[in-house]
Amino acid sequence: MKSERDILRTELQWTLAVGAAAGVVSLAILWASLAHLINPPSNFETIDPAALHLSDEFTESNLGTRVEADGEVVTRIVATQFAFAPSCVLVPADRPVTMRLTSPDVIHGVLVTGTNVNTMIVPGYVSQVRATFRTTGDLLMPCHEYCGIGHSQMWAVVQVVPAERFKPDAQGRAACEKR
Amino acid sequence: MRSVDRLALAHLQLAFAAFVLACALGLWQMLARSPWPAPGFTPSTYFQSVTAHGAAMAYVLTTFFIMGFGYFTADRALARPLPGLRLAWAGFWLGLLGVAMAMAPVALGRASVLYTFYPPLTASVWFYLGLVLVVAASWIWCAVMILAMRGWKRANPGQAVPLAMFATVANAIMWVWTTAGVSAELVFQVIPAALGLVETIDVGLSRTLFSWTLHAIVYFWLFPAYIAFYAMAPRAAGGRLYSDTMGRVSFVLFLLYSLPVGMHHLFMDPEHSTGFKFLQMTLTVLVAVPTLLTVFTIAASFELAGRMRGGRGLLGWIVALPWREPMVLATGLAFFMLFFGGGGGLVNMSYGMNAMVHNTSWVTAHFHLIFGGTVVIMYFAIAYDVWPHLVGRPAPSLRLQRAQLWLWFIGMMTMTLPWHYLGLLGQWRRVAQFDYSNPIIAAWAPWVLVSVLGGAVLLASALLFAWNLWSFRHAPAPARPLAPFAFAQAVHEPRRIPAALNGFGMWNALVAVLMLAAYGYPLAQFFISPPPSALVHRVDGAPP
Ligand SMILES: [Cu+2]
Repeated sequence: MKSERDILRTELQWTLAVGAAAGVVSLAILWASLAHLINPPSNFETIDPAALHLSDEFTESNLGTRVEADGEVVTRIVATQFAFAPSCVLVPADRPVTMRLTSPDVIHGVLVTGTNVNTMIVPGYVSQVRATFRTTGDLLMPCHEYCGIGHSQMWAVVQVVPAERFKPDAQGRAACEKR
Repeated sequence: MRSVDRLALAHLQLAFAAFVLACALGLWQMLARSPWPAPGFTPSTYFQSVTAHGAAMAYVLTTFFIMGFGYFTADRALARPLPGLRLAWAGFWLGLLGVAMAMAPVALGRASVLYTFYPPLTASVWFYLGLVLVVAASWIWCAVMILAMRGWKRANPGQAVPLAMFATVANAIMWVWTTAGVSAELVFQVIPAALGLVETIDVGLSRTLFSWTLHAIVYFWLFPAYIAFYAMAPRAAGGRLYSDTMGRVSFVLFLLYSLPVGMHHLFMDPEHSTGFKFLQMTLTVLVAVPTLLTVFTIAASFELAGRMRGGRGLLGWIVALPWREPMVLATGLAFFMLFFGGGGGLVNMSYGMNAMVHNTSWVTAHFHLIFGGTVVIMYFAIAYDVWPHLVGRPAPSLRLQRAQLWLWFIGMMTMTLPWHYLGLLGQWRRVAQFDYSNPIIAAWAPWVLVSVLGGAVLLASALLFAWNLWSFRHAPAPARPLAPFAFAQAVHEPRRIPAALNGFGMWNALVAVLMLAAYGYPLAQFFISPPPSALVHRVDGAPP
């Protein structure tokens, strides 16, 4: 049988190894966060969910993709039971896009298949995700949080087009191509 | 039969009845999401089923199993009469009433909010009241466990509380802390809404309160598995526990670090900023420590057992272990699945990387693998270990018990490995069906079908488990009484023990400090500057 000293020594050695492993993992995440800016979307910004139509930003006519005066591409989306408005958004490939989403009713969430775009949409808040889409084509953007019986039917499309086919109008707006 | 054994048996039987039903629902849900047809499918029946499956697994199986096993542990480990036996029975009936109250509106389709509620969706108030009763019943159990340990310490001054009981009380104390979050959410936000007393809900606050509960509840479920690793598996392997002290340290670490980490469920949420997300992520890394300590201590215990049985060389001791013992087999399989489940969890907790998998099938896969592969498989092993002592008959067939464990392992791997992969492809969670005519989704179909087969194997295993327990009735009564139940002994049983590893006073204070640091401001912010609230959305068909 092992002596109490032997047992204590081996356990302490293992504890040191485990502590070192936990330290390495923490440092790797810290490095990714600070050096590569890989952080969760944490844009803290409130909005009254009952009065989206009175807000300047999330009125129906202002939804979808728009190139702002400073050249930034911004896509605004409202998630409701059980649809997205608009149900298709056009974005240019290889150019940073800011997605801003909010909900007038219950909790929703989105991801865009094949990308790292992912956020919850909580009534009372504006969620914001920055992304650069590298592949062109139609990507699925489903609601990924249970929002009621119609949840499964709730999805939209992100249409990624090459820069030359991204042609905003005079106000800077761009909508999905009709097919 | 002794009254305390009847008490334990009543809890375990209710737990496993809920479990078998929930497994059947789970398979049906997988069919609904697959290209194959599911009889009786509509979106309403699907979400009804998901609610029932989640509530039965997360609230009924676990809570009643833990209570029943706790009563058994207190009786056998402390070897003195259980204080408050009648109170404990009252707790059982209260919990059963709660289960009936909660499940009735689910069956009627008036509570399809899943087991995680999602306010401002609002179900029939009976659903929430029933769950509050289940929690109240579990608090009675906590009180009985704490009283039992206190009584034993008074009768045995200066002696070390048996490890199994020390761990059980650690879990009871952790559970009181854990349930504070969800209880506050239900009592102050959700139930007033369900009663029509308020018209709006602060959703950020409700999500934060639920996150308080959401990680630690998993450790509440895991504790019995760890108690089995430390206090049952080494004995089943024919050896002794390598280190009793490390067991105590691990259980204390679970108590400390399971709680201030729940915000890792909110990485993708807009109501918190990066600072507190990062803090709780760092604490989440520490949760891995007691698990890794356990893996070492149990592997070392098994190595001692294997070498005592004649195992030689670097790995020969593994071959020499008595794998025919269900407890040993289950421990081996659980460690194997914990390796995959823990690896997946490492991705989930890695802060920014969470965006890759949040609310995809990856997460569903991860928690089914942890829950089914580490928690439930050890519940099976514990049941097989204690049943002979509860009913006074030996097991009719160890072969069928092993077959059941292997089926569970095969089913769990076959179901969850494809789910992990589908999650990486972007398959999202909580939908009733997929449109397989879409080319992106059509490509998932083969993997979905493989996972359905895994689900079928799991249901077969669950049914065999029920049969294995049922068949004790047909086992012949033993000629001589069974040897009394005993927990594993340590290589060196603790003689003198520091008070810190024999009680929880100091650790409770530390939990309070950690919770204040991790959740103090994140909760206070909703009161300092209240954000706009969301209108209540009833799903129970009642007029608004
Ligand atoms: Cu939705």
